[in-house]
Amino acid sequence: MRPVQISRRRLLGSSLLTAAAAVTFPGLGWGRQYGQGGGVPWSPGVADEPYYGTEPLEFFSAAERRAADAITARLIPSDESGPGAREADVVTFLDRQLAGFYGRAQRWYMSGPFPEPLETQGYQAPQTPAQLWRAGLAALDDHCRETHDGREFAELSEDEQDAVLTGLDEEEIEFDGVSAKQFFDFAREMTIEGFFCDPVYGGNRDMLGWRYVGFPGARYDYRDFLAHNGARVDIPPVSLFGRPEWTR
Amino acid sequence: MVERKRPVDVVLVGFGWTAAIMAQELTEEGLEVLALERGGWRDTGTDFPTTHAPDELRYYWRHAMFQETARETQTFRNRRGQTALPIRRWGSYLPGVGVGGAGVHWNGQTFRFLPSDFVAKTHNEERYGELPEEMTVQDYGVTYEELEPHFDRFEKLCGISGKAGNLQGRIVQGGNPFEGFRSDEYPNPPMEMTFSQHRFEAAANGMDLHPFPAPSANMSRAYTNPLGVQMAPCTYCGFCEKFGCGNFSKASPQTTIIPVLMNKPNFHLRTHCEVMQVLKDRSGERARGVLYLDAHGKLWEQPAEIVILCGYQLSNTRLMMLSGIGEIYDPQTGDGLVGKNYTYQVMSGVDIFFEEEYTNEFIGAGALGMVVDDYNGDNFDHSGLGFIGGAYIACWTTNQRPIESHPVPEGTPEWGLEWKRAVQRNFLKHTSLSVHGASMAHRDNYLDLDPTYTDQWGRPLMRMTYDFTENDRRLSDYITPIAEEIARNMGGREIGVTRRADDAYDIWPYQTTHNTGGTIMGETPDDSVVNRYLQSWDLPNLFIMGAGVFPQNAGYNPTDTVAALTYWSAQAIREQYLRDPGPLVQA
Ligand SMILES: Cc1cc2nc3c(=O)[nH]c(=O)nc-3n(C[C@H](O)[C@H](O)[C@H](O)COP(=O)(O)OP(=O)(O)OC[C@H]3O[C@@H](n4cnc5c(N)ncnc54)[C@H](O)[C@@H]3O)c2cc1C
Ligand code: SF4
Repeated sequence: MRPVQISRRRLLGSSLLTAAAAVTFPGLGWGRQYGQGGGVPWSPGVADEPYYGTEPLEFFSAAERRAADAITARLIPSDESGPGAREADVVTFLDRQLAGFYGRAQRWYMSGPFPEPLETQGYQAPQTPAQLWRAGLAALDDHCRETHDGREFAELSEDEQDAVLTGLDEEEIEFDGVSAKQFFDFAREMTIEGFFCDPVYGGNRDMLGWRYVGFPGARYDYRDFLAHNGARVDIPPVSLFGRPEWTR
Repeated sequence: MVERKRPVDVVLVGFGWTAAIMAQELTEEGLEVLALERGGWRDTGTDFPTTHAPDELRYYWRHAMFQETARETQTFRNRRGQTALPIRRWGSYLPGVGVGGAGVHWNGQTFRFLPSDFVAKTHNEERYGELPEEMTVQDYGVTYEELEPHFDRFEKLCGISGKAGNLQGRIVQGGNPFEGFRSDEYPNPPMEMTFSQHRFEAAANGMDLHPFPAPSANMSRAYTNPLGVQMAPCTYCGFCEKFGCGNFSKASPQTTIIPVLMNKPNFHLRTHCEVMQVLKDRSGERARGVLYLDAHGKLWEQPAEIVILCGYQLSNTRLMMLSGIGEIYDPQTGDGLVGKNYTYQVMSGVDIFFEEEYTNEFIGAGALGMVVDDYNGDNFDHSGLGFIGGAYIACWTTNQRPIESHPVPEGTPEWGLEWKRAVQRNFLKHTSLSVHGASMAHRDNYLDLDPTYTDQWGRPLMRMTYDFTENDRRLSDYITPIAEEIARNMGGREIGVTRRADDAYDIWPYQTTHNTGGTIMGETPDDSVVNRYLQSWDLPNLFIMGAGVFPQNAGYNPTDTVAALTYWSAQAIREQYLRDPGPLVQA
């Protein structure tokens, strides 16, 4: 067999891509040479802090924010057993994620074609997460206005909202140009992320999600508790905000 | 213009587990070794110190340490005739990138394959008669006895915590009585087990099974390895599988070899350099080096006397295809060998929910578990069962990170109030058993090049055609109920069962990063891509490491065997090849 040729033109074009990638991807510096007896190239005090998704960027318009917040509040509702996604400020988490590299699907293979996939072939939507949310939220409000005398999703009663979300989940409601089911699945996935992620990312405010289930968060040493033998280990959670100057 | 770099003795493609071992072995021999790694430099203090390591969103869900699909992915379909589509978001497996490779974010479950796994064809045919024709299983060409010293070396390098079950042929209480003989005890005692493992052990003993503590690359105590590198005791932090260890407690290239290697004048490493092709010399009979692309998008030729592929099974197989070395497998004719015998792992699981007791599974480690091996390999009689191979059944306590692990009983809605309350009720009261099954080669499961989708350089992606087979389904049908019985005897309120092989293989749910085959080893050039020393039959100065050389996969995690094969190959290069740099096995 002959080796596959690399197209020079492609290479030129995409080397620009690599360059762009190198400056915007977290933790990806320029190529370097190490070794030849130089030791481990480590310097103290330069740990790579989490920053992507921690900046207060904004993606949602006011209307989108209302709808997204209302969705999260039904996916993980508040009740007497504890607070839900709204109280944990999941919508702020979503806002920052969608404004950043994740919203842009920057690290995903996004080239077409996009034919109808098999069920076993995973995520095949042509939209980035940001595009999916933008189109999905607009279609959701359109759908609600049409079917509920001009009211948008956030204005529906909780029961009405649940019925609409069930319709998306069970593929009874379909949208034009974007898969309603894909949108719903993504909304569910990201709401869970926002409820349980570290608070540095804007969700799980005051570690509400962790407190609700009893997860101790960003701790790193449980040796003292190994012999719990089936008794509850109840330790208050801590977050990566560990250092006071982070919150100042 | 492709510029040329100064020639080196050995170029390693990638710098993960297998490359680190090779670099250490071959620099000891005085050779000048260069590793080319497509990802960046990574060390504990900078990239995953304890202050940042327990960040579930960043490392797992945002893939901080995994290969970006935007740069390299595979296309996938279950069967010929279907259209394969690109994996856009990783699911079933998670290829690593950067210094240390997947060795940084593995669990550390460190099993040796059984002696019979290396002779799967002859052993099973002798005992049960001829295998079906479509089952393209074959022997490895190397035996357990030959690999034993190399297993031992890797386990000492890593400081594996465990308990021997077979010391020089003598069965030892408390270990795995089914394992192959060990020349020596594990370097560290087993990890400390928690509530879930105690329940599992009691239930398994009650069924006359033989539970033993899982061999673990998480340190049960402080350890200094034979290279003089120190590791600290594991703190059971529960951010292990898919995460880097901030404590220097998980064996990885960083915590075992790299500190020594970086002090050697005859080793160097170039990061952000992606190898695009293995280059042949004019005769077409030897490799002349590799072609690689640096971070500035510039192409270089790196000449070398020896080229060793250490880029993980997926990348190694694709590089062979893109470099035009050997013939790509065609399932219709049976011709070609590159891409043949792609195998994986057949998984099922049993969830156990307790009512009174708390499992507190956030107290866990990547390889903290109790295991039974009574139904693995050929440890039980397969007469009349219609399948070969087996699975271990284990009770692992690896984590309770809440985005990933918030299990609820069957029949719970997937969102809303009822879901939320079920998550709360079960969060601290859940454990699970894992059935980790062998995957036998089949004519129709293979890798080749995709006709449609290309990478960012315009080169075809590798295409995976894979589905569970009849052997897989029977294996899972037979062994999963045994795990269910153990689970029921553990004293919980209820159990729930997930069986992957009941449906078509799905590329989305995480199963394992144990991709095997594609550059298989064997006894002759007619049945394999590399010989018993992992040397290419086509180009004698090209060697291929990694699980791609497995002709089929056993019911264990691969890395102990991958590493033993790497040491075995390195020894052959040191003791035989350097003296006479030609084929180590005459075709
Ligand atoms: C989440 C997870 C858990 C795991 N748990 C276990 C476990 O418990 N037990 C077990 O036995 N195994 C486990 N494994 C598997 C284990 O990590 C691998 O078997 C092992 O790392 C393989 O070593 P390798 O050298 O073949 O590949 P890797 O260690 O992955 O190294 C390959 C390196 O090559 C680089 N590379 C690839 N292509 C190129 C190229 N063209 N140019 C330059 N560089 C390239 C990559 O960037 C990477 O750094 C796990 C894997 C994962 C992802
Ligand atoms: S569980 Fe142990 S070995 Fe694993 S990351 Fe935590 S401290 Fe390290």
